[in-house]
Amino acid sequence: MTHQVPLRAIAVAAAFLGGLAAAQAQETIFYSTQLRPIEEATKVREVLLEGLSGNVTYVVDEPPAFAVRMKAETQAGKRTASVVGALHGELQPHVPDDIQPIDDVVAKVAGRGIPASLMDLGKLGTGKQQYIPWMQATYVMVANKQALQYLPQGADVNTLTYEQLQQWAKNIADKTGQRRLGFPAGPTGLMPRFFQGYLYPSFTGGVVTTFKSPEAEAAWNAMKELWAVSNPNSTNYNFMQEPLLAGEVWIAWDHIARVKEALTLQPDQYVAFPAPAGPKGRGYMPVIAGLAIPKDSPNREGAVAVIDHMTKPETQILTATEVGFFPVVKAELPADLAPGIKQLAAAVDATQNAKDALVSLLPVGLGAKGGEFNKVYSDTFQRIVLRNEPVRTVLQEQAKTLETLMKETGAPCWAPDKPSQGACPVN
Amino acid sequence: MPARTSWIPYALIAPSVVFLGAFFLIPLVQTIWLSFSAGDELSLANYERMVNDLNFSLAVRNTFLLTLVVVPVQVVLALAMATMVSKLEKGRDIALWILTIPLGISDLAAGLAWLALLQNTGYLNSALYALGLIPGPVGWLSQETPWSLFFAIAAAEVWRATAIVLVILIAGLQLIPKEFSEAAEIFGARPWTRFRRITLPLLKPSLQSALILRTVLAFEVFAVVYALGGRNFPVLAGEAYTWQNENQNYGVAAAYAVLIMAISLAATAVYLRVLRTRPEQLP
Repeated sequence: MTHQVPLRAIAVAAAFLGGLAAAQAQETIFYSTQLRPIEEATKVREVLLEGLSGNVTYVVDEPPAFAVRMKAETQAGKRTASVVGALHGELQPHVPDDIQPIDDVVAKVAGRGIPASLMDLGKLGTGKQQYIPWMQATYVMVANKQALQYLPQGADVNTLTYEQLQQWAKNIADKTGQRRLGFPAGPTGLMPRFFQGYLYPSFTGGVVTTFKSPEAEAAWNAMKELWAVSNPNSTNYNFMQEPLLAGEVWIAWDHIARVKEALTLQPDQYVAFPAPAGPKGRGYMPVIAGLAIPKDSPNREGAVAVIDHMTKPETQILTATEVGFFPVVKAELPADLAPGIKQLAAAVDATQNAKDALVSLLPVGLGAKGGEFNKVYSDTFQRIVLRNEPVRTVLQEQAKTLETLMKETGAPCWAPDKPSQGACPVN
Repeated sequence: MPARTSWIPYALIAPSVVFLGAFFLIPLVQTIWLSFSAGDELSLANYERMVNDLNFSLAVRNTFLLTLVVVPVQVVLALAMATMVSKLEKGRDIALWILTIPLGISDLAAGLAWLALLQNTGYLNSALYALGLIPGPVGWLSQETPWSLFFAIAAAEVWRATAIVLVILIAGLQLIPKEFSEAAEIFGARPWTRFRRITLPLLKPSLQSALILRTVLAFEVFAVVYALGGRNFPVLAGEAYTWQNENQNYGVAAAYAVLIMAISLAATAVYLRVLRTRPEQLP
């Protein structure tokens, strides 16, 4: 392991903290990278965990700090968190060192109606259940209603194509003199997900195997045209709700949690709709957060109780209404959802049920290399779109990096790429 | 009681030595080791990765460019301010206090303050718009406007960190005996000559400390750049942060950290040599 040495120092510090935590009797620490903003964390503490017997403390952390702490606690041999909640991709690097298989919990939540495909993701490419799906989200487009008058002839926001999106943004730029399409391409923005879950699947029908295909060249050329009508500040945007609310951006693509504020604050001013479609379909990517139990969890019983409680249909519905993440279990959302959340729910529904929907699953088996997998796509973007380097050359070069990465990790292909024997090839 | 005093200085200094050893030296050694290791063996792989990364040369160029522009401007400004402040008869403390306010502000807060001025919906655009100079919001900080982004970052850095140079130089100025200057004046030396021939040479030790401190900090510049430009303006410390947090590759991040340290040490060595003062030149 390359990062063993500095973690040891952190591990010592963690052990001190752990000692403090253990002093409080039978507390269940629920450690999460999700629902971090203070309003959301308060909802978790005061509403979502309500009715659960026992003393549960909800603690949140940034994903990088989560990764370091999980490893440091393993090295120190002193665990503080009993149950952890994080995204699929954030839990992945911790198998098998830091979290324990929880096949026994599967039986406990069997009646909840979590779809088998979601449960399978929770195995993280191993034979055993590593996490229980907790909540889901995806990415949508949000537009200011002022933008709708510039929609190209015959275009419907719910069945938009990439070409129409480009034309739409171009109309706005021509008529208002401002480029008002926006992407979260800032340092902590989720732009790599746009390439992996939207642009590549929509244009090439794949993510890894088609990385340098002629279709991929077309995709990047389309991206360049989109960028030409996008707000140049896009490389500074991390959460699209901010430029949307400031009126700097009129059309944006982002994670529902990152546009939610615009829709809940001013539901009459914005519309939410599915991402556009390309030649191969309407690519989209689900986001799955899961609940896992760390190795040597100090209160495993409490952890199981938390998982049981959070996956109950009534808690799942509360999660949707209070914090805007959608259920992973069978649960009807109530009709009296807040107008903003209702719009998001409708856009998510329209995305999943679109005739041309093409789901892009979450990568499985990349281990700790998830960050570098993203880097391949953002570097390609930076070189082709921001630095205007020749598309084909860049794709050839970045494909080599991607190929090395896939071989190193041995990760097999995931949808929409065709299943592979062994590491996913870059054709 | 000489026997008793012998151990006291060591006892008094021990806590800080232990503190620095535990929280500075050990992590330093670990970082160096981490940067040179791949798996469990010695390797230059992390450095290779760092140098071949698409942002490496840009980060080196930007960091040096920023240092070369910001540090001289700060020294000249601080010299001018220090000379003026030391000439003040009344209100000297108030003036000094106001000039050093930026010292009390964290660099991230300073970056955010400048962001509020310069972003699309910021005060600068509002003022220009009110004066009828621009038709709508103008972007100053995007990757399409590298020069205005650079000047914004340089201006924020100058605003934020000139005060530390000022404080060191004022302390230095106070050490220079008035007699030299008065004698020169009697012999007919003009103010500029007195400044060049008396003040500057006698100020060399303070200038050296100020330059070392500012240059080392300039090579580590991060928060102001991050607040104003995100990754539009890659710098070395920012790349280290990205490799650690986004790419989750701790080895390459450590390589960047070691590189920044090597550059800082080299700059310090240069200053120590170029600006060395012989004991007889001291006031």
